[in-house]
Amino acid sequence: MGQMNTNPDAAVASQEEISAEISALHQEYERSKSQGGAEETNVRLNFPPYRSSLLRHPTKSLHHADPEEIELHSPAFGDRDVSPLEADLTIQHGGEPIGERIVVVGRVIDADGHPVPHQLVEVWQANAAGRYIHKRDQHPAPIDPNFTGVGRILTNANGEYSFTTIKPAPYPWKNHHNAWRSAHIHFSLFGTAFTQRIVTQMYFPGDPLFDLDPIYQSITDPAARDRLVAQYDHTVSQHEWNTGYRWDIVLSGTNRTWTEQEEQ
Amino acid sequence: MDLTPTPAQTVGPFYGFALPFEGGEQLVSRSHPAAVRFHGTVFDGEGAPIPDALIEIWQADEAGRIPREEGSLNRDGYTFTGWGRTSVDNNGHYSFTTVEPAALRQGSAPYILVAVFARGLLDRLYTRAYLPDDNQALTADPLVASVPADRRDTLICERDDQGNLRFDIHLQGENETVFLTYPNTPQVTGPIDD
Ligand SMILES: [Fe+2]
Repeated sequence: MGQMNTNPDAAVASQEEISAEISALHQEYERSKSQGGAEETNVRLNFPPYRSSLLRHPTKSLHHADPEEIELHSPAFGDRDVSPLEADLTIQHGGEPIGERIVVVGRVIDADGHPVPHQLVEVWQANAAGRYIHKRDQHPAPIDPNFTGVGRILTNANGEYSFTTIKPAPYPWKNHHNAWRSAHIHFSLFGTAFTQRIVTQMYFPGDPLFDLDPIYQSITDPAARDRLVAQYDHTVSQHEWNTGYRWDIVLSGTNRTWTEQEEQ
Repeated sequence: MDLTPTPAQTVGPFYGFALPFEGGEQLVSRSHPAAVRFHGTVFDGEGAPIPDALIEIWQADEAGRIPREEGSLNRDGYTFTGWGRTSVDNNGHYSFTTVEPAALRQGSAPYILVAVFARGLLDRLYTRAYLPDDNQALTADPLVASVPADRRDTLICERDDQGNLRFDIHLQGENETVFLTYPNTPQVTGPIDD
């Protein structure tokens, strides 16, 4: 790691080198797991093939904390914060955006199996050409004047969310030479406790870029990686209008007792 | 049904048009009689400021009460919702206007809970920014007491000349901030040094 170029935009390594680093780390993990090591259900903070992580991951163990009351609660969001129109990313401008119209639905629950009702879900993404409305995105693909790529949703009483958008395309980045991200939608979620806060990415089934993508592969366990992949769901597709995807999200446990939950 | 928590992924470099919102850094107005600036810089392992980090805070009010009111994304200027979000600027600096929380209970010292997101950071990190003035409360706080003495200062704000709270965050390096992990909240560091 001492010799590794820590400039995240250096784009010096080849895909072969990055892929070899990924598979060495995965093999080491599988070996350790088969010898009784812990299953890694979350992403690794220290994952060198993702070059931006080199100088930005903690080098010391995380310190155990017992949650105080503030950590057992989460900010509240409501109709004051989110308009129902924000759940449709295709109606934010004068015309229809270019691309494959999709509806994404799912349910937010926690690790204890409780739904997370009336809570904020934020999504953002590239357009159908793989371009973000962001000043730092210099990828020479067209901007779509009818697509910003930002949405907000409040989950319903059952913890369910739904939004309409355009299927995002893969896009290039500078992690290594000829690097491409798997197509994804960014998600930001709150639970009922702030320790459940998560920012993650939803992927589409069968993406040919999965094996090459060091961000996706920074989750060492294949079963955990699969949890980020939505399923095509024909019951969500609508006649002559949209195709449908379903992605359920499980937040971590709350550390609250049942009585505390009832009091909410 | 599979109840294993969904893994995290980095916020990436392109959240700036999506997550920050107008007034996100103003939990109270600057003219609020108890307004205090809570600010600092986010550094990487080489001591360079990070220009693409996002900071969230979540805290009790001046009475130690946990806000339950909606309206953080669309503030009315009167209701304290306890939650704020802001991007760092090009110099890695973030700044909130808020009030100083009171302690949540007897025997614990008051703090602002901080969540850090950044490009290159694959999962969010939690830390606590403790108020600096009451040494007795800090010494008695179970979390502060459980942290090795040589790293404790990374959890405590500095009070600057204007009375502001300064809280720098070092993701790595000599002054690496103490980041927290909670029960039932799986986080995976990967290889670490200690
Ligand atoms: Fe992205």
